[in-house]
Amino acid sequence: MELLRFTTAGSVDDGKSTLIGRLLYDSKSIFEDQMEAVKQSSERKGLQHVDLSLLTDGLRSEREQGITIDVAYRYFATPKRKFIIADTPGHIQYTRNMVTGASTANLALVLIDARKGVVEQTCRHSFIASLLKIPHIIVCVNKMDLVDYSEEAFNKVVEQYEAFAAKIDVTDIRFVPISALAGDNVVNDSENMPWYKGESLLHTLETIHIASDENHSDARFPVQTVIRPHADEYHDYRGYAGRIAGGIFRPGDKITVLPSGLTSAIKSIDTYSGPVEEAFAPMSVSITLEDDIDVSRGDMIVKDDSEPQVSQDLDAMICWMATRSPRPGAKYHLKTTTREVMSIIKEVYYKLDINTLEKQEENTDIKMNEMVKIRLRTTQPVVFDEYRKNRITGSLILVDESTNETVAAGTFL
Amino acid sequence: MHKYYLTHLQELESEAIYVIREVVAQFDRPAILFSGGKDSIVVTHLAKKAFWPAKIPMPLIHIDTGHNFPETMEFRDKLVENLGVQLIVGSVQESINKGRAVEESGINASRNELQIVTLLDTIESNKIDAAIGGARRDEEKARAKERFFSHRDEFGQWDPKNQRPELWNIFNGRKRMGEHFRVFPISNWTEMDIWNYILQENIAIPSLYFAHQRNAVYRDNTWLPASEFLQLREGETIENKLMRFRTLGDITITGGIESDADTLEKIVAEVSATRSTERGNRSDDKRSDTSMEDRKKQGYF
Repeated sequence: MELLRFTTAGSVDDGKSTLIGRLLYDSKSIFEDQMEAVKQSSERKGLQHVDLSLLTDGLRSEREQGITIDVAYRYFATPKRKFIIADTPGHIQYTRNMVTGASTANLALVLIDARKGVVEQTCRHSFIASLLKIPHIIVCVNKMDLVDYSEEAFNKVVEQYEAFAAKIDVTDIRFVPISALAGDNVVNDSENMPWYKGESLLHTLETIHIASDENHSDARFPVQTVIRPHADEYHDYRGYAGRIAGGIFRPGDKITVLPSGLTSAIKSIDTYSGPVEEAFAPMSVSITLEDDIDVSRGDMIVKDDSEPQVSQDLDAMICWMATRSPRPGAKYHLKTTTREVMSIIKEVYYKLDINTLEKQEENTDIKMNEMVKIRLRTTQPVVFDEYRKNRITGSLILVDESTNETVAAGTFL
Repeated sequence: MHKYYLTHLQELESEAIYVIREVVAQFDRPAILFSGGKDSIVVTHLAKKAFWPAKIPMPLIHIDTGHNFPETMEFRDKLVENLGVQLIVGSVQESINKGRAVEESGINASRNELQIVTLLDTIESNKIDAAIGGARRDEEKARAKERFFSHRDEFGQWDPKNQRPELWNIFNGRKRMGEHFRVFPISNWTEMDIWNYILQENIAIPSLYFAHQRNAVYRDNTWLPASEFLQLREGETIENKLMRFRTLGDITITGGIESDADTLEKIVAEVSATRSTERGNRSDDKRSDTSMEDRKKQGYF
């Protein structure tokens, strides 16, 4: 069984909570006592319907205000796949939460109200999905029951969306007409829309091909820690522990350690269950080398056929996540894979309006939730790939030197 | 099927091992919070895999409420011996004796909340800067928003509204003196994943999880085990039942279910067919809609 991580974004009234509630309920992932608690809470509030959003809004302040503030993770499984939903709020002031949810997703669910068509929020979600290189988007045209299940209404939304999508960089976009409330095309095919020849949403989620989303061509192994057992049996053992971030490693492969440039060959790839002949992303393994060379946390082991970039001057697209704007000349810990170096923001190129995708070059003071293209200068070389080539070796966060807060998340360009 | 892909259990395992290794790489004095329950047993198993052929490079911490199942204690001591790791025990009874904690009274009295004091004292006195726990996001709604690396202030408290954003697999473990982190490597696992993994890896777990005959009393829709700490209410009688436990905690608050599942295969089948949550048998979660969030803010697991 494979794991599929997907993200949703939206506000209460576009039916996101109802859709998630339905996926969880119809896949029997909501238990009777959870449902009972939600029913009782709904009754106490004097609501006529069971409010499924109570299942997803966990924190006290969220229950009080009736909105999702933070990213909430939901789980369900069918006999075919296990799913992790990163459920995020949709308002512009929660852009950073959407970015967080999108960072680990293989797929984005974009909800559109069939009556309203493509709105600002639709574009924002899709643009974030494209910036974070989510390979697949499923556009759910929801509330089809309110437009008499009309094919024409559906086609109009599809046309609108496709016109917008020409501006973003996502290769796989699919459309499903649904009614989350009535259940049409969510789990089962709808009898109300015989004109729709595609699959139901759940069927698409279960079968969409994701195995080739990992980069299996450029071998990358960021070293987390060095394993040195203090036992006679493994006296000389020196294993480099880490999680493969791309490509395929095999014993005998010639490798280079970056940024030092030292070279060697792989002696063995070890796991608790025994040595393996091949290791690929996202496996956690330990690698031993033929030569006794200097390798430590923060280094990256790569194969000679494709090397990443190594530089102290870096261009990145960042989302600013802190309430406080960057102070002039402030230093940040830049973290990427297992490497950590000091950095400063040298230049702000432009700000992206995430509703219109327009670049603003005049007003470049950075505020929370804004997307900005910047140049960074670091004290030590950074080993990285362009984000579009590899989402692990192409991503970074900035940590404030004085508060220790994560103030920005970014992608290398 | 594509050749280069992992099953969901392999991917979850790999993610958890990555997180555990990050803890050891980023912190000076990490530890594993070990309750003797299946989740902390799985975390310990993952830590063993993460550092093999070296031993787990950190101690286990057990918060001893004094109200334990004897089976849990035996299991704990045997596991620690096999792994060759250090065990740190924080005793709730000692916290009470020292006047750091006050025993609850009344029919529903439990030492569940008192554990918070003992846990925080144990973390502080051993200068632990990262405590790895077996909490999962699917367990409870307040836990659904928990981070892998969860920051705690100098009072050991959690601020759910001001959590650090966590993206990709980059974890920010930076902190000031006196602050610490709670880390949850199996955040993305469900109860079903845990059982399937225990079955796949053939991990030893306490006998309490398997069906056995036991004296118990039926209270609040669950079978509470008879023990020296259980006070019978009027009209309650002790019965002998074939039962098992889905979660393990303090003996005074952990209820069991009637079950004849006496093998891992039968437990997996039972869990996949069940229609109620595992913590439904835990009276500590029933105090209010947000009781878990409130306890977590104070420093609970």
